[in-house]
Amino acid sequence: MSANRYDAIVVGAGHNGLICAAYLAKAGRKVLVLERRHQVGGATTSEEIYPGFTYTCCSYVVSLLRPWIIRDLELPKYGYEILPLESTFTPFPDGRYLMRDSDPERTRRSIAKFSPKDAEVYKRFGQEMAELGRLIKPLIDDPAPDPLSRDPRELLRLGRLGKQLRGQGDEWLYANVKMMTMSAVDFLSERFECEELIAPMAISGIIGTFLGIRSPGTAYVLLHHYMGEIDGSFRAWGLPKGGTGAIANAIAASARALGVEIRTEAPVAHLLMNGNQATGVVLENGDEIHAKAVVSGLDPHRTFLKLVGEEHLDPEILQQVKRFKMRGSSGKVNLALDGLPDLACLPGPGPQLTGGITIAPSIDYLERGYDEAKYGAFSRKPFMDILIPSLTDPTVAPPGKHTMSIFVQYAPYHLKEGAADWPNQREAFGDAVIDTLSEYMPNLKERILHRQVLSPWDLEQIYGLTEGNIFHGELSLEQLAFLRPMAGWSRYKTPVDNLWMCASGTHPGGGIMGAPGALCARTMLGKRAV
Amino acid sequence: MPIPSPFHERTSPLCTSYRWKDWAGYCAVSSYDTSHEREYFAFREAAGLLDVTPLYKYEVTGKDAAALLGRMMVRDVTKLKVGRVAYTCWCDDGGKVVDDGTVARLTEDHYRVTAADPTLHWLHALSRGFDVAIEDSSARLGALALQGPTSRDILKSVSDADLDKLKFFGVTQAKIGSIPGWISRTGYTGDLGYEVWVENAHALATWDALIEAGRPYGIEPAGLDALDVSRVEAGYVLLSNDYFSAKKVVLESRKSTPHELGFGWMVDLNRGNFIGRDAIAAEVKRGSIWQLVGLEISWEELEALYASFNLPPSLPVTARRDALPVYAEDGRQIGQATSHTWSPILKKYLAIASVRRGFETLGGKLRIEHTVEYERRQVTATVAKLPFYDPERKRKP
Repeated sequence: MSANRYDAIVVGAGHNGLICAAYLAKAGRKVLVLERRHQVGGATTSEEIYPGFTYTCCSYVVSLLRPWIIRDLELPKYGYEILPLESTFTPFPDGRYLMRDSDPERTRRSIAKFSPKDAEVYKRFGQEMAELGRLIKPLIDDPAPDPLSRDPRELLRLGRLGKQLRGQGDEWLYANVKMMTMSAVDFLSERFECEELIAPMAISGIIGTFLGIRSPGTAYVLLHHYMGEIDGSFRAWGLPKGGTGAIANAIAASARALGVEIRTEAPVAHLLMNGNQATGVVLENGDEIHAKAVVSGLDPHRTFLKLVGEEHLDPEILQQVKRFKMRGSSGKVNLALDGLPDLACLPGPGPQLTGGITIAPSIDYLERGYDEAKYGAFSRKPFMDILIPSLTDPTVAPPGKHTMSIFVQYAPYHLKEGAADWPNQREAFGDAVIDTLSEYMPNLKERILHRQVLSPWDLEQIYGLTEGNIFHGELSLEQLAFLRPMAGWSRYKTPVDNLWMCASGTHPGGGIMGAPGALCARTMLGKRAV
Repeated sequence: MPIPSPFHERTSPLCTSYRWKDWAGYCAVSSYDTSHEREYFAFREAAGLLDVTPLYKYEVTGKDAAALLGRMMVRDVTKLKVGRVAYTCWCDDGGKVVDDGTVARLTEDHYRVTAADPTLHWLHALSRGFDVAIEDSSARLGALALQGPTSRDILKSVSDADLDKLKFFGVTQAKIGSIPGWISRTGYTGDLGYEVWVENAHALATWDALIEAGRPYGIEPAGLDALDVSRVEAGYVLLSNDYFSAKKVVLESRKSTPHELGFGWMVDLNRGNFIGRDAIAAEVKRGSIWQLVGLEISWEELEALYASFNLPPSLPVTARRDALPVYAEDGRQIGQATSHTWSPILKKYLAIASVRRGFETLGGKLRIEHTVEYERRQVTATVAKLPFYDPERKRKP
């Protein structure tokens, strides 16, 4: 075998690509990872954009990275460290605030200021979601069960699953079916009465989707996020030390130790095709590299429309690919701060700043933000999920200084003026974010040393996320499980022979979970594809 | 009733959880908040400030100070250079461990000994014929442990000591702000860290100076719950928990030898006589009965065990000191795990255990008891190297 011949080439060194490569190498395969950028990680990245300050540019928390992956790849040995995120703080314009943290009694007292009844229900709700989530959790640790399959083993598995679900009783089933079809607000309103609690809870149902909290189907996405809470008893919900890039670096170090070769600044132009078979890749510099299998760590659009090329796809498959919704809806603003800002409702340092800070003051506020996005404009008053990572991990900023990560929704990729108009609107979007946040943190502007604004268009340009979708395709019901990325092709295999997919566009989906990468490798090894 | 430490005036209002415990007769904070998690992560990611005043402290001075301690300690502390600290244990005549602690050589003929148990009587008993003075400085000196990756930067900004030169297990006289005291690069967390020793009268000012200097570096007051998780990760044994002082137990079988506790590296049989030497030499020839090991408990099996009860896995949130039986694969009980904890940084359930000789092989599979719904079950525990967690920064210059 020549030096230029590999068992597998992974295109894209995002966290899933690296995990897939590591598992393949662990099984003794010769693996090459090719990355377009100068560093690994993809959207799992930290960068020193402003001297002395490490921004966790895109993804900013880790909730669902599968514990078995952490153990299999010995990530702690390679610098993987997760710090706890203790609380969620929601300030309101009138000076009131809601604090939810790991102390149930303190949380109960905080909610009781708004509604004593909800304060009691809240605890019960956590258990209810945990029970719903626990039965669904095995699904994210295995390839999606496929009701379209005719494979007897698959039918057996479906049967077992069905029996298990029926065993949960009628009430559980009703709740689940409701959950699948309702909106986050409706689902929560069946349980809670006060809007100050419902609004910040509902946002889990819309993050990364182009839907509003009143859109049907968003209740299910809530559950997806609650699964992080289950692992949360062992602190899977948290803040990666050194930013999310440190996770990618740990995975890359583990992969290298297992023998994976990683090349950065090695952009792939397209696949080498022989009929309907992928035989390798062509780099942008013209180099050809051959392999038994090619694994795409890119999103479904990029994989099929760019790597493979429309001319190699059946029209029906092409249709399906194009129908897969990307629709980025969020942006990121990262700040370097000279000191801590004060919250108007609770000034000074304290636990209110160390956890997440959610700007989601009312249901209408969130829905109005969605209204603007529907018609092709960013929200003037957006929903924001804010962190000050330097408070927990002082290594990301000089002593006494801080970084702030602001996740912003909605920022639609498709502006009324077209996506290409984002460079003209980027700073206005950043201003809207800072102006809105200044209503809650009056001295924020004085503290800002540097600001980085990432619109969905920037996410596409810099990180290769098509239409800036942070999950490689919306996490909406019609694009999940056996339908992700398309019916009949949910098992990491693609309609192109020897081409596999390992990233968030496959089951079980986005977030720094790592399951798609690991399950893809497991499937490939099981099918003796490499 | 426990008494307040000289730092109590500062620690007390911060301890909003009211979680205190008795440590050597002092009120010591278990955790300032209802959960110790933030304090634990301060140790690992920033800096935690822990009141360690309850440690017993003795000043041994005089021209025979080195000779006395050389006789008492299993480790040869006579060769200790000025400005160095040694971690060591000491034994009775039968070669059974009495206690473990640190010995710091502050000047040519001034040593400071720290101990978990009162040791004045033992020092006096051994000192007959030696030209030494022994002072119990426990109630005179306040001590703070500042542990964590930013601890050095904090001390640099507030003290005159040359901390880049202070090596792992070094000690130096220093001013903290304007307060005279000592800084040693020692601790019980297994991380980069220091201990600061000052006269009681300066205790509050020292606390204030460290907290003030530490603010930009993420300093957090930390309690014993956080320490307990860290010290298990670091593989440090705890007297009266992982082993028992030879002078306090009734049963001979409860006593431990240095080799049985993983202290074998401290022992130099080729130097002059020291207390317990002959017995230890005989043990080395004969072989030890017990071995201290680390255990990693299979998370997969725990998960499956809980799933069989239709429950999600759950573990106690703090480090536990209730001993659990350890079995060989054939079902014989061959030891006990004496400390166990979930490690938030390694994402593993860890234990420190004593097992019978022959079961200490790294990677060996044992079984450990785990109770679910009042039912006693067993899961696999793999013998692992101690320390479990050993960051480079701990000893790096």
